[in-house]
Formats: sequence, C-alpha cells, structure tokens
Amino acid sequence: MQLNGAEIVIRSLHEEKVEFVFGYPGGAVLNIYDAIFQQDGFKHILVRHEQAAVHAADAYARSTGRVGVALVTSGPGATNAITGIATAYMDSVPLVVLSGQVPTAAIGQDAFQECDMVGITRPCVKHNFLVKDVKDLAATIKKAFYIAASGRPGPVVVDIPKDITAHTARFEYPESVSLRSYNPVLKGHSGQIKKALKLLLDAKRPMIYTGGGVVLGNASELLIKLVKQLGYPMTNTLMGLGGYPATDKQCLGMLGMHGTLEANMAMQECDVLLAVGARFDDRVIGNTAHFLDHPRKIIHIDVDPSSISKRVKVDVPIVGDINNVLTDMLELLAESDKTPNVAALKTWWQQIEAWRDRNCLNFNRDSVIIKPQYVVEKLWEVTKGEAYVTSDVGQHQMWAAQYYKFDQPRRWINSGGLGTMGVGLPYAMGVQLAFPEAKVACITGEGSIQMNIQELSTCKQYHLPIKVILLNNRYLGMVRQWQEFFYGNRYSESYMDSLPDFVKLAEAYGHVGMNIEQTSDVEGALKEAFAMKDRFVFLNFLTDQKENVFPMVPNGKGLSEIILAEDL
Amino acid sequence: MRHIISLLMENESGALSRVAGLFSARAYNIESLTVAPTEDATLSRMTIVTSGSEEVIEQIIKQLNKLVDVVKVLDLNDGRFIERELMLVKVKATGVHREEMKRMGDIFRGRIIDVADASYTIELTGSGAKLDAFLEAIDKTAILETVRTGASGIGRGDRILKL
Ligand SMILES: Cc1ncc(C[n+]2csc(CCOP(=O)(O)OP(=O)(O)O)c2C)c(N)n1
Repeated sequence: MQLNGAEIVIRSLHEEKVEFVFGYPGGAVLNIYDAIFQQDGFKHILVRHEQAAVHAADAYARSTGRVGVALVTSGPGATNAITGIATAYMDSVPLVVLSGQVPTAAIGQDAFQECDMVGITRPCVKHNFLVKDVKDLAATIKKAFYIAASGRPGPVVVDIPKDITAHTARFEYPESVSLRSYNPVLKGHSGQIKKALKLLLDAKRPMIYTGGGVVLGNASELLIKLVKQLGYPMTNTLMGLGGYPATDKQCLGMLGMHGTLEANMAMQECDVLLAVGARFDDRVIGNTAHFLDHPRKIIHIDVDPSSISKRVKVDVPIVGDINNVLTDMLELLAESDKTPNVAALKTWWQQIEAWRDRNCLNFNRDSVIIKPQYVVEKLWEVTKGEAYVTSDVGQHQMWAAQYYKFDQPRRWINSGGLGTMGVGLPYAMGVQLAFPEAKVACITGEGSIQMNIQELSTCKQYHLPIKVILLNNRYLGMVRQWQEFFYGNRYSESYMDSLPDFVKLAEAYGHVGMNIEQTSDVEGALKEAFAMKDRFVFLNFLTDQKENVFPMVPNGKGLSEIILAEDL
Repeated sequence: MRHIISLLMENESGALSRVAGLFSARAYNIESLTVAPTEDATLSRMTIVTSGSEEVIEQIIKQLNKLVDVVKVLDLNDGRFIERELMLVKVKATGVHREEMKRMGDIFRGRIIDVADASYTIELTGSGAKLDAFLEAIDKTAILETVRTGASGIGRGDRILKL
C-alpha cells in the first residue's frame, strides 16, 4: 500500500498501539497534523508548551509502563522539548519523540526554524535518528519504539524532514527488529547469582537497597518475595518508592540526602548490601569516600552494565533484567539448605529498631500555621494511600516522598535525576489521561508550578480532574534552606515576590481554587476537593515559610553524619 | 595508563559524533581517534587512544558498548597487539640539514616522498613513541610542518576484531 510519510507515521503509531500523542503543531509537521485530523486510532493532546508535551508523555510512560509519545515541530518546537527529553533520559523513561525538520534540501542552510535536533539531543537520548528516505520511515519508528522500551529504557528522537512526510512509499510495518549493534543482556550469570546468594545468606548485617530499576523493570512482586523470604531490612531510593510497600515493617523508608535515619544508618553499617536497579547516586550515598570507609560486600543487579562499578566498586556484579535475575535467585534460595543467620539478624534488627525509635520524621502536628508535612500526611489519609502523586522539585518533593507512603509501584511520578522544576502539572496530565478514574494529586511549590502554569488551560480542555496541592511557602524553599544552612541566612533571590492570587488564577482558567490558611482546615479542604470528582481543583495551602526538610545529610557529608530536626 | 581501544560501528553519518560526544560529555581523554570504513562497507573501524585509571577505562568500554551504533569494542591492551601510526613531516633541507635529514630519515626507516629545493617531506610509520623519537632526534628548528594520522592498532596472531 502506497502512503505518504505523514500517513506512514500515523499508521506506525497505530501499529504500536499508541493511545495518546502529546504535541504541538507547526510548519514542519503540518503534513503529520493533517493526517492526525483524518484518523482516530490515537488521541492527540494539545499542550500549551512543548516542554509539557514531553513531560506528559513521560508521565504516561512512568505510570503505565508503556512508551510515551510526543510530537513537536522543528526549531523552537524541538528546542522547547529538550528539557523534557533530558528529564526522561536521566530517569530512564521510554519515550519516542517525533520532531519535524526542515525539508532535506534545506538542511544545513540555516533555513527558517532549522535546528540540528539530532545534534542537540545526542547527549540526552538513548538514541536518535534523522530519517532521510521515506522508505526507511516505518522501520525507523519500529526501531525507535524497540530501543526506547528494551534494556535500560530511555527516550529516542526521530527527526523527520518535511519533504519526507510528503513523499510516498509502500507501507509495511516490520514485525520485529533485530539490531546487530544492540542486544541488551537479559539473563543474569548463574555463577554470579549463586555467589550473591551465598554472600547474602552469610550476612550478619544485611541490607537491600532498591531503585528506579525495580519500578521500570516491573520487578516489585519478585522483590517483595525475596525481601520477605530473607526477612532483611530494605530501603528505596527516591526513584524506587512504591517498588516495595512503604507501610511494610521491613521497609526503612527512603534513604539518601533526605532519607530516614534508620535507612541511612543501615546502609552505612551493613556488612552485605544487595543493590537492585539503583546506581549509587551522589544524592543517595553522600560522600563516596565516607561510604566506602565502612567495609561491606556489595552485590549489584542492573540491566545496564555501565551502572555497575561506576561510582562504587562492587564485589558481585550481575547484569541482567531484574525479573530474570530475581527469579533465578529465588529458585536457588528455595533449593538452598542454607538459611539466613537468625541470631545475627535479630541483633541487627534490634539496632535498626533503636534507630527507627528516634522517629526522625516527627514534626509538630499541633501548629496552627500549616506544616507542609501535615498536608502530605493528610493527603495520604484522605486518598487512602491510593493516589497517583506527581511532584515538582524542591522541599515539597522531599516531603511528598517522605510522608506519602507508596505501597504500589508507578504511583510516584517525579524528576529524580535531572530535578526539573515544572514537571508536576504536565506529569499529572499524563497520569490522569492514562487513568481517568484515578485520584491524581500534584504536590508542588509556588516556584515550580509557575514553570508550566500555562497547562491549566490544557487541563480545562481535556477535563482532567487533577488536584493541585500547592505547598505555598512564598520561598524557593529548597534554595532558601541551603542559604539558611550554608550561606549565613543570605536569602539571595529566593523570596517569591508578586505571587499571583492562585485562586483567581485557577478560576480564570475555569477551575476551582481554594485557599487554606490554617491546620484545622487542611483535612476538610482535601476531602472537599477530592469529592469534586470531575473538577480540577487548585488547593493553595499557605504553609510555614521557614520549615526545613529533615533529616538531612549535608552535601559532601557521609550518610552517618545525618542531621535530624531534633539536633537543632 | 594509555589504552588503545578498537571498535567496529555502523558506518552511518553521526556515528562518529556519538563517540566523540561521549568522550567530551564524560570528560574522558582522547589522545587520538581515527576512523575509516572496513572491507564490509556497512562497518567502520575506529581506533581511540585514551588514558585513565583502570576504573575509567572500564567505564569507557562500557559506555562505548552502550552506544546503539557501536557493534563491538576491544581494549587492545587486554592482550598483545601492534600499533602503527603514519606521520608526514616537512623539514628544512638546506645546507647541513639536507644530508642530515636524509640520514635521520634512513635511520628511522622513513621515506622521502617529496623533494623541493629547500625542503623534504618524510613519511614515517611506527608506534607513536617511535614517531615522537624521530621528532626528538632531529633539529627542532628544521621542522616546518607535521601531520599524524593517530594510532591504528590490531591484535597479534589469532586476536581478531570482526563480526
Ligand atoms: C528548572 C529548574 N531551575 C532551578 C532549579 C533549582 N531549584 C531546585 S529546588 C528550587 C526551589 C523550588 O521552589 P518551589 O517550587 O517553590 O518549592 P519549595 O522548595 O519551596 O517546596 C530551585 C530553584 C531546578 N531544580 N529546576
């Protein structure tokens, strides 16, 4: 069947069973938009800024596990998409971003709205393509989806010159792809898995540390099995939240810069550490030298060999798909006559409970001025812990991570790697579209929300009943906190002056707005908002301006040099 | 330590920039980088001379393998190998230099490939160290121009980098 390039794009997306394309039109993609007009295989979501298109596609991918798709025009459309692409790249999210390009003959001529998209995205994509012949178009899209979703996932850009979308070719969507240069290792090395299990069973102070890889790899179920069978303590990274139920006793909460005392201390003092789909990030292990000062054996399971022994040398590397490796490990465990060292484990748990008893996440619940932690805690109660929670970046993000106890994977959607302010609202859009019936809350700050505030309009157009939980401290709080701690209270440019009236703003966009100014009103407001099942509600909580995030492992310090709120 | 890394990659536009971009983005050293198509026109062979601690070299190899266009990577330093580089050097060839340059070229088994009234162009191949040694050995003020290809490397005996 002869089709033009634009039709081939559409048909290829149909073949990939794409539900939503998040995009924004422009000259270079007009042919594609014309073909979109004439199809009903997927729904196109018109955002108000291309950055939001990519973030929304990213959240769709994070919450569903499927590949997210965004479509932008050449030049400024393409450059606006960059932050979204880099954000997805840092958190290994499978995306296919289709960008328009000037016609083939104009490339390199500084044509109107020309930008070297392949060049500009190269450092922040898993791979990218410039389509030079319409005959390659379908196969290229197929490859893009395959590369985005397999191995360690990531964004893939397909740059399509305008003339290609007009040229015709026979349409045939390939059934499968094989690339001689790309073959992710999926099966773990059995010898290594045996070694790992032996180490684990010999441990006196074992610890399991899991990251975003567990969520991305859909490995929660097997992880829970393993942790339960071993009876060992475990901790999640910011990206791993929900990969293991936060309300389970064996979960010590999040670790890292704003992790719990018990998680950080156990991480530091364990003698055998099992790392699963995590990458020993600087925000997670603090000062590397300090971390390595304490002797421990490390087992590391990851699908990406380059994540292993990158920041911390490990003793037993296992490259493979986490589900495959955990399956093998559980089988070996079932056959093994060795069992965990119960006596040692008991002592270890006693030590951990002593840390846990310090109750490091405690805060003043009797304050009249609203404590941000209180809002998140109440949100968790009101939504029965079942909401999808997106967040922006800053203090509110950390409070969301600390106080909303995620019991399921893919419920917590945030920018961990790049730390992109402005993701919260578009993330909520992507999730709400994927799960129209679900409760979706966007926990944000007054700085972050203003970075993509224009999306209030998109939310109106598509009737997205998102609840924005604005923890409004009138400061770029995380910046202010660092200035308080490390810059002698010199609050350089971190006060948010001239804030809009958020209630009026929400109303101007056709939404419901609410101001909440004291603690006693928090729960009622949340209930009222979530009772409005088909409305977008913007809740502006005026919170304690100078509240800080604790615990805190100061930048450059070791995990056991953690500071608690009670220390100050 | 200095390492010579050989790799095969898809002979596609942009593949070279992915490798070069990787090295600059991750702040790895590149001493030299050469690339040309192989007997299989769909593949290019690249030789990269780099240096770094064992951990850094391990990361370089892993990161190269991760590039979708890269088909195969070999650290030549993991075994026995031969390294060769080509250098063309234009030197002054007047007065005492005329005889001296020919003599030095012979000693280093170079060939004079262009003769002019006042200069010779000498072609030399060898390891990078040998080429350096030649430049050390001749009168520095006599060097008019040098051009080097960067090292190419190949494993000894049965060590073969092929699909
Ligand atoms: C796009 C972007 N610019 C700057 C920063 C640096 N930054 C990190 S947190 C933060 C403050 C965020 O303020 P707000 O959204 O009000 O949240 P709060 O910390 O007050 O909860 C800033 C400026 C960032 N992460 N992203």
